[in-house]
Amino acid sequence: MHVPDGFINAPVSAVAGVVAAGAVAVGLRGARRELDDRTAPLAGLVAAFIFAVQMLNFPVAAGTSGHLLGGALAAILVGPYTGVLCIAVVLLMQGILFADGGLTALGVNITVMGVVTTVVAYALFRGLTRVLPRTRRSTTVAAFVAALVSVPAAAVAFTAVYGIGGTTDVPLGKVLTAMVGVHVLIGIGEAAITALTVGAVIAVRPDLVHGARGLATPLKLRVDGALVDLPAAPAAASSPAPVAARSTRKVWAAGLAAALVLAGFVSFYASANPDGLEKVAADKGIDEKVQEHGAAGSPLADYGVKDVENARISGGLAGVIGVGATVAVGSGVFWAVRRRRTPEAPGLRTTESV
Amino acid sequence: MGAGHAHKLYRHGHSPVHDLPPHCKLAAVLGFVVVVVSTPREAVWAFALYGVLLAGVAAVARIPAGFLLKRLVIEVPFVAFALLMPFVVPGEQTELLGVSVSVPGLWGAWNVLAKGTLGVAASVLLASTTELRSLLLGLQRLRLPPLLVQIASFMIRYGDVITDELRRMSVARRSRGFEAGGVRHWGVLAKTAGALFIRSYERGERVHLAMVSRGYTGTMPVIDEVTASRTQWAHAAALPVLALAVCLLGWTV
Amino acid sequence: MNLPTAPVPSLEVSGLAYAYPDGHQALFGVDLTVARGERVALLGPNGAGKTTLVLHLNGILDAGAGSVRVAGLPVEKRNLAEIRRRVGIVFQDPDDQLFMPTVREDVAFGPATAGLRGPELEERVVTALRRVGMEEYAARPPHHLSFGQRRRVAVATVLAMEPEILVLDEPSSNLDPASRRELADILRSLDVTVLMVTHDLPYALELCPRAVILSDGVIAADDRTQDLLCDDELMRGHRLELPFGFDPRSVSVPRP
Repeated sequence: MHVPDGFINAPVSAVAGVVAAGAVAVGLRGARRELDDRTAPLAGLVAAFIFAVQMLNFPVAAGTSGHLLGGALAAILVGPYTGVLCIAVVLLMQGILFADGGLTALGVNITVMGVVTTVVAYALFRGLTRVLPRTRRSTTVAAFVAALVSVPAAAVAFTAVYGIGGTTDVPLGKVLTAMVGVHVLIGIGEAAITALTVGAVIAVRPDLVHGARGLATPLKLRVDGALVDLPAAPAAASSPAPVAARSTRKVWAAGLAAALVLAGFVSFYASANPDGLEKVAADKGIDEKVQEHGAAGSPLADYGVKDVENARISGGLAGVIGVGATVAVGSGVFWAVRRRRTPEAPGLRTTESV
Repeated sequence: MGAGHAHKLYRHGHSPVHDLPPHCKLAAVLGFVVVVVSTPREAVWAFALYGVLLAGVAAVARIPAGFLLKRLVIEVPFVAFALLMPFVVPGEQTELLGVSVSVPGLWGAWNVLAKGTLGVAASVLLASTTELRSLLLGLQRLRLPPLLVQIASFMIRYGDVITDELRRMSVARRSRGFEAGGVRHWGVLAKTAGALFIRSYERGERVHLAMVSRGYTGTMPVIDEVTASRTQWAHAAALPVLALAVCLLGWTV
Repeated sequence: MNLPTAPVPSLEVSGLAYAYPDGHQALFGVDLTVARGERVALLGPNGAGKTTLVLHLNGILDAGAGSVRVAGLPVEKRNLAEIRRRVGIVFQDPDDQLFMPTVREDVAFGPATAGLRGPELEERVVTALRRVGMEEYAARPPHHLSFGQRRRVAVATVLAMEPEILVLDEPSSNLDPASRRELADILRSLDVTVLMVTHDLPYALELCPRAVILSDGVIAADDRTQDLLCDDELMRGHRLELPFGFDPRSVSVPRP
């Protein structure tokens, strides 16, 4: 999704540059709170890691491949402010070193792949972890969902930027279907990698996961060979959410999560059967779009993955576009909820500056 | 679409371009790309002149053409996109080699290809004549916020660790007969990423502890000052200034 | 014990307890005082918490309970810069310690971080390298040196900061006998407080008049090194074993 020089016209590039600079400035201010001398190298590692996984090109379809964006991973591991900074650094270095993504398009790239992904992923992640039970598994699940949504969100953002400032008039609908289509598939890969990475880190070093600062076990002293409790242990910092607010939200969130999983995965697999595919597509009311994009003749639209029938993939695609839409609405609700609950919540200021 | 290996980027050598201070080169490349992008796409000859300018820089830097061309491969995904434009963009149609293509699409493709290629070539030249470490120093000199420079320098330090681990794990995977070939293998790739992260972190953490123990607080100490003389700035400015002249001609002619 | 009398001890650890974020508790109330100019060996089986203790000495890990003072200065967030200048830790693997492109830049890293520049910085670097006998290697990249040379450079990187206390994590590991002896000569010639974490009991006996045993996260014994090594029951109880054929009774060490 790296935009090269000359792809987006100058005014829009400039505006995106200002937006990106603003986001980085906000990130720099916020990162002071997130970073201490132990997490700064973690931010570097996350940046390097994102750099590396962006090299892992997914074989998405014949001849085309996409790569991970890493925004969700960054936001969850080091926090949204630092996350934006990490991606900005990755894109800057890619632009300078690998000429991947134009230098004048840096603003567009940071806005689309950095700001949009981290903000969407972090808002969703915090919303989910707040309502799900506080366990490692739900953190992993929340990471999965956040990453799954963040990638198509970036694709939508790209299309929007392209719509405003593209130097060539490719019909927007075609761009949107091609971009979102491919990136929904990439989103699944991204979700898997993000969830596995976050899960692996939580299992070994829970202290490294910004989004899961948990409870510490009380210390003991060894006196004459016997363990005794430490007198007046410092109180654990985290306090659970209010019970009433939690229970209703829990039900609601569980419903949403179930809907997502069903819509996404069941339709993906069910679509091996053409009837199921058509039904899902029709139910979601997006079959026309899928048809149109199949007819567009773009290589992006041609999901001829080896050994997998076209029908099955595009069926899954249809389902997951539905998920994307659902989750976009869902994340909007989460935002609203979070905004009301904690006006100073991290991630919000970044959103406002966009 | 990011690809390549950190080690192959820099091409060791001594040339006037290699010896320029990094912040001068960074500023020059940025200036050049801005000028290129703001050139009207109808001024086809201007882009040819830009290409000549870059070729001149490459000659002074003694970077062989083959090396440059190989590095330009990074652009391929967008070339594919650009080649598609003449077929999907609506508008006036014309015949080209017996195929019906759209005129605005052709212009769009040319625009993206020309500007993108020049931008890529300029960056490639910068990266192949400047060491990573001095690039960071240059960014620091150009007043990039210290926190960003810090993240970038950690990223580069960890980058080697990660590519090493990645290569080792990939060899291990392939020696057990694994080829990444489709959706079915995403699971394996995803698990790789999780393991990779932990392995790299534990290796890098020790280095960081050693740095922190020696008083590291977030900025690399300046041991050797990088300074640029007025002549060096003038030399670096040659590229963007000449390009600007071409650009202005492009708008007026 | 025959402590030299100094107004403020170089190191004072009291009641230190620490649990890792994954819940595993490594230290259960460590008390240890090291006077200025002393050389103390920190012995203990694998997993006793030796490295964890070391990481508390310069504030890389925050004490869960208890306190650490270096030359009277408590290890707290606001003192960290000064604490890290005063405590020089030489880590086990020199490759972790050496990360700059040349030996000179690596040795200069610490003092430059502390704000030294120009001739003063150069002077520090040269002095530190001379103290470990590596001054002619200043321009070489560290990874081109032998392991023993790298460890000596690692010691120099820390000496360049003129620390109050030198903490060495397994200084003799992976060294051939000649390098091992050279390092011992260097350490003996230094006029700083030394805390040496080691499994190498003869090395501890050679260099450190006093030794402490860290076991199960507490200090289990604290005495003259020779007396500790001669106490068979104590040694067995803490999984410490002397190398084959080595008898600590047969070695005459200078009394401190």
